[in-house]
Amino acid sequence: MTGMLPLTIQQAHQRLSTGDISSVALTQGLLDRIVALDNDLKAYLTLAPEMALDQAAEADRRRAAGEDHPLLGVPLAIKDVICVEGLPTTCGSHILESYVPPFSATAVDRLRAAGAVIVGKTNTDEFAMGSSTENSAFFTTHNPWNLERVPGGSSGGSAAAVAAGLALGALGSDTGGSVRQPAALCGVVGLKPTYGRVSRWGLVAFASSLDQIGPLAGTVAEAAILLGATAGHDPRDSTAVDLPVPDYLATLTGDVRGLRIGVPREYFLEGIQPEVEAAVRDAIALLAGLGAEIVDISLPHTEYALPAYYLIAPAEASANLARYDGIRYGLSLAGDDLWDGYRQTRGQGFGPEAKRRIMLGTYALSAGYYDAYYLKAGQVRTLIRRDFEQAWQQCDLLAAPTTPATAFKIGEKAGDPLQMYLADVLTLALSLAGLCGISLPCGFDRAGLPIGLQIMGRAFDEATMLRAAHAYEQATDWHFRRPVLN
Amino acid sequence: MTAVELSLEQVDHVADLARLALTDQERETFRLQLSAILEYAERLRQLDTGDIPLTATVLPLENIMRDDEACPSLPVEDVVANAPAVEDGCFRVPVVLPTPPEGDLDDRE
Repeated sequence: MTGMLPLTIQQAHQRLSTGDISSVALTQGLLDRIVALDNDLKAYLTLAPEMALDQAAEADRRRAAGEDHPLLGVPLAIKDVICVEGLPTTCGSHILESYVPPFSATAVDRLRAAGAVIVGKTNTDEFAMGSSTENSAFFTTHNPWNLERVPGGSSGGSAAAVAAGLALGALGSDTGGSVRQPAALCGVVGLKPTYGRVSRWGLVAFASSLDQIGPLAGTVAEAAILLGATAGHDPRDSTAVDLPVPDYLATLTGDVRGLRIGVPREYFLEGIQPEVEAAVRDAIALLAGLGAEIVDISLPHTEYALPAYYLIAPAEASANLARYDGIRYGLSLAGDDLWDGYRQTRGQGFGPEAKRRIMLGTYALSAGYYDAYYLKAGQVRTLIRRDFEQAWQQCDLLAAPTTPATAFKIGEKAGDPLQMYLADVLTLALSLAGLCGISLPCGFDRAGLPIGLQIMGRAFDEATMLRAAHAYEQATDWHFRRPVLN
Repeated sequence: MTAVELSLEQVDHVADLARLALTDQERETFRLQLSAILEYAERLRQLDTGDIPLTATVLPLENIMRDDEACPSLPVEDVVANAPAVEDGCFRVPVVLPTPPEGDLDDRE
């Protein structure tokens, strides 16, 4: 292979177009890098070298035949809650350890149609339930900036792989922050599309009114390419809305003059890490310097997002995870009778966090508690949506920290579920409201750990959000910094 | 605000509804953890939500019908490939109802 591996999707595209590198050589180079580095990081659950090299060879043939696309021949990683035909899709759970889906998610099919190469499946908290990958039934992924720290979660494998240069981009899934939070903790870009923007077909269901597939990448433009390639209507998902998908790359003009950016004061919590607050306030000042108008905003119900989310998401999860009965796929244990077989299969197959959320959701939906918990949480969800609707009267975007603190130590919160839930405190409200959000690097703390800036947009207005994020990124150099790995 | 304290009986009831076999240690751990999480959720009661409608989903969902046309589907062998027990291209399931004793069916009115 000629020279070093390309660092971005555009660099790869440029070198593939000029014939400086083939997709086979690029993919092989990346696979070699994964083999050399992933023993320490543990970003990947499954590597698919043969399949990837076949796809790369096919991409080279397509390019030779005159085809072109920014993703043609570009190696990507897929979070292991998203189905790729023929590869294990474990959801980080023993209950699906042996499951190999006979079909691919629509988002994966679209990446493949564009010519992308799938190198493997990345680690995740079990069924995407967690904020650190420590809930994976297999192993914990390490943060490439400091191997003793978590990469965030649940898409921690995808975030770590992108940050460490073990994939040029990746898909994750975000139910309450699972793309944005690990992106912040690993110093990469993570985008949660508006609910309904990307098809959920082939995304293993966790909380169906919240789940959304989103891209992780090194820069905003790369996230825009991946969003554009995966978004759009899908007859297989009745919630994948039939709206035109803009040319997101074309919207990255670098111009934010006149854009009204709201700063929600509730997001600067008591107890926020001072370096995080300072970095985010600097970022907002920089956007003001670029010509954006900064508006003070209140989202008064922000503090209720966490308790509402931890009733709604588990309630939906308890229904979705009822399908793991050991009959059609997955672990199957015999019991004394049919019912006991279900109990044994599920009791042994699910890990602690999945069981905890199934129990919590079952309780919140059970007779006598529905009104006090599920209904109440759903009403509060309405109040949270109204907060955002009010805000959009005064601004076009919102800017805030993605997380209240940088990456925590592996094991630090593992024994206390509530402390772990608090890691998502700044990403949940947006998920409940179904809006779009992006996290991008905006600095580092004294320990050298990345800090994330969260920009939130109106429903289906990813374009404006990407434009502001890109303008900020172009005025800074955080995205050029990469972790040093040996 | 009263502290939420689940009993082991409540934990067992929920585990039964959810078809989860729990160890004794899990029962007690979940009793404490679920109590703490529900206690945290109590703060929702600070809000007066009297006639606020529930948001179950953010999209205005409606039924989407398609034409009743046959289209390609997965081969049966692919569909059952992940199943622990298969017979004649079907999922084989454990006995749901016990076999009735001889003559039972004939006696039914």
